Amino acid sequence: MNETSKVGAIAALRIERIVKHFGDFTALNDVSLAINKGELVCFLGPSGCGKTTLLRIIAGLEVQTSGSIIQHDKDISRLPPMMRDYGIVFQSYALFPNLSVYDNVAYGLVNRRMAKAAIRARVAELLSLIGLSDSGAKYPSQLSGGQQQRIALARALATSPGLLLLDEPLSALDAQVRVRLRGEIRSLQQRLGVTTILVTHDQEEALSMADRVVVMNQGVIEQTGTPMQVYREPASPFVADFVGKTNILRATVRDQAELEIDHVRIKTNGTPVNFSTGAEVSVFLRPEDVVVSSHDDKRPDSFAGRIENIEFLGAMCRLGIRVEGIASQLVIADFSPRDMIACRIERGGAVRVSLPSSNIRVFAK
Amino acid sequence: MSAVLTAGVAPQSTRQRAHWTERISHIALLAMGAALGIALFAPIFMILAKSVEDIDGNFVGLRHFVEYFQTPALAQSIVNSLLVSTVVTCITVPAAFTFAYALTRSCIGFKSLLRNIALIPLLAPSLLSAISFIYWFGNQGALKALMGERQIYGATGIVMSLVYATFPHALMILITALSLTDARLYEAADSMGTRTLRKFFTITLPAAKFGLISAAIVVFTYALSDFGVPKVIGGNFNVLSTDIFKLVIGQQDFSKGAVVGIMLLLPVLITYTIDMLVKRRQLAQLSSRSVPYSPKPARGFDLAIAGFCWLVAALMLAVLGMAVWASFIKLWPYDLHFSVNHYRMGLIEAGIFDAYVNSVKMSLWCATLGTAFVFVCAYLLEKTRGLDWLRQVLGMFAVLPMGVPGLVLGLGFIFFFNHPYNPLNGLYHTMSILVISTIVHYYASSHLTAVTALKQIDNEFESVSASLKVPFFKTFFVVTVPVCMPAILEISRYFFVTAMTTISAVVFLYAPDTMLAAIAILNLDEAGEIGPATAMATMIVITCAIVCFIYYLLNRWLETKTQAWRRPAAQT
Repeated sequence: MNETSKVGAIAALRIERIVKHFGDFTALNDVSLAINKGELVCFLGPSGCGKTTLLRIIAGLEVQTSGSIIQHDKDISRLPPMMRDYGIVFQSYALFPNLSVYDNVAYGLVNRRMAKAAIRARVAELLSLIGLSDSGAKYPSQLSGGQQQRIALARALATSPGLLLLDEPLSALDAQVRVRLRGEIRSLQQRLGVTTILVTHDQEEALSMADRVVVMNQGVIEQTGTPMQVYREPASPFVADFVGKTNILRATVRDQAELEIDHVRIKTNGTPVNFSTGAEVSVFLRPEDVVVSSHDDKRPDSFAGRIENIEFLGAMCRLGIRVEGIASQLVIADFSPRDMIACRIERGGAVRVSLPSSNIRVFAK
Repeated sequence: MSAVLTAGVAPQSTRQRAHWTERISHIALLAMGAALGIALFAPIFMILAKSVEDIDGNFVGLRHFVEYFQTPALAQSIVNSLLVSTVVTCITVPAAFTFAYALTRSCIGFKSLLRNIALIPLLAPSLLSAISFIYWFGNQGALKALMGERQIYGATGIVMSLVYATFPHALMILITALSLTDARLYEAADSMGTRTLRKFFTITLPAAKFGLISAAIVVFTYALSDFGVPKVIGGNFNVLSTDIFKLVIGQQDFSKGAVVGIMLLLPVLITYTIDMLVKRRQLAQLSSRSVPYSPKPARGFDLAIAGFCWLVAALMLAVLGMAVWASFIKLWPYDLHFSVNHYRMGLIEAGIFDAYVNSVKMSLWCATLGTAFVFVCAYLLEKTRGLDWLRQVLGMFAVLPMGVPGLVLGLGFIFFFNHPYNPLNGLYHTMSILVISTIVHYYASSHLTAVTALKQIDNEFESVSASLKVPFFKTFFVVTVPVCMPAILEISRYFFVTAMTTISAVVFLYAPDTMLAAIAILNLDEAGEIGPATAMATMIVITCAIVCFIYYLLNRWLETKTQAWRRPAAQT
């Protein structure tokens, strides 16, 4: 499943069998991962899944119970934060309030005994990189949240660290600023080619920014993959449910080619189902994969249904459909408003629904 | 999941290596532990040890305790102490609550003037009020007639003086408690047509509950452990604190002194434990979205409560005013002409002026060294990493002095530092020991002020510094200290004023050449030199007032200088 530990490629960072206990609570349970140079990896998961703990262990701010961290083939497991090579940005920005923007960005440079002129040039370069060239003399409290977070990013990048750690950097910002900054951080990261770990609980953020997404739950990694893989081919029911909206339908395996959802039978042609006949399973299907057509459409493998509710979400509508034969649960389908008008879909209206077998994923119940 | 390449490697320690900068913080923490151990833990331990030893240092078990309880006069002191403290608490807390309520929930005018008048007692040693009440109601008092057959010397005088002295302490706590309220609760109640009285009992009182408990405990322990007031105005009414003094200074009976010390220590420790347990249950009542309460005018209520406040203020001024006035007249009550004789002859020519100089010196040391020590220690505890076991112990140590009465601490200092085998016994009878004991005595509340300020700044500053390879001590000086400067000034001011006015711990520790102003008042009063005593008290009050004003100006200056980053004019 995890193709990153290929022989030959030296990972920028290897996390090996990390375990972290807080008293009786296991925050991380045997977590291993390799991160390639220049890659942006997102740790995605609900709060309490251990993603921030893992980031803090990488930073040396928490000490793992067991396991090791290897950066460019150097074991840094026992090094204090001062001796590790990374820059970090926190949700709270953690800008020094009594220092000007310039002094904040220069904070790590001054300590390196760099020449004054060199520092000035580097700070100017960073400030123009984040588009705040003329804010050097201001204090953090005179800037907006988004600007402050960009300063924090510049400060973290000033010393050209080999690894950039971002701990929920956008969570404290307004929705619009968040979306804009998302793109800015991503393009900056790609331009500089800095290996980056981003911790977030926002799946949209993870899917839109990451090269690879690491989905975590209850202290373990559920799946590692590209945003597309994680979304289209979830490796576990948790991933399928946590990333994006999905239909979860209880079903019984009839034979290797057929599943029964209540009284409806669907074929599983192509997708092998490794369950014995009679097993109880969960069938996952994305709402956008449910095919809805007008009631007079007589395509095979489609079922009659009735629209129970319509949730208008702007760019699309989410339909709750009662499918004939599936009495116990509604099937959710996404539909563009334009098609709705074309198909004359309205609440209470009759439709045909098909559940394309190529898009369903089956998990043990 | 991916195959793990390093399977089979024996588990090894994951303990982080310490960077040399972290070792500095560890050494500093250990030094802090040693300092608190020597100046707090050891003296208190010595009291416990002394109470079960005879004069030659042999273990005698609980003999001293048994003897103590078999001496009716001594046992009576426990009852007296508890009685006086309870009465003082029952008067001070409701009065201070009403006053605080007026300042926070009414529309009366001159609030800050009223508040400043009510805080005046903080600027003087507690015995100033006792001396003043003697001038008002004593044998030759201005209003002696009002007393009828009763005597001011005794329980009455002690209670009156202590109510005066404890009032501002309760007031400050209650103002804070009543300020922390969410106006939306009252709006919700109004929208349901709730009556004023019901709002008071269902919203105001429950919200102020913890403040009331805290105030009651502070007042009770202050009254229980105060020494100056009962010494001056107590007459033959014995309390625990005067017993200690008599046993130790008068009869040199250290073991019995230690027993009384424990009698004093116990109730105070119990009440503070209760306070801490109660506070632990206290959840943050104010969220960041709370709306501050702003009172609406209500004519009858405002008028009545303004009357109460001005009456209290008038009483406060009458007590202070009498002492100040008495210091400037020739001979009470026979010759009331203006004169500076009490200052010139009573203090300067009698050679007691040095005590004032000593007090100012000691206060300056406490305000500088004490503040630096408190703030650095609070920083080490709050913001550095490693040595977690020591951190926990020190966290408890740091608040312990709050539960140790000054007299008990002073007594412990004698036992510990005067011990012939103690290599530090050279400190005994020096200015250093006075400074150390005062810093320790007032450590807890200064520590809490520092911790509160430190908690308000972002916890990740140290993490960010480490990631930028900047040692923590640089960030401490460049960021933490400037950001916390208002709190540092507040601690420093508190140390100065308390050092100027304290008696209890230092009364056992001074030598003739390190006599302090507040103790000089006590001795002058004992010698019947009550005029010069008021002169000295007046000098303390004026000094403290000037120093508070200087700190106020410093704060103002700091505010304008740092306004750019503390309070931005407008978001741009």
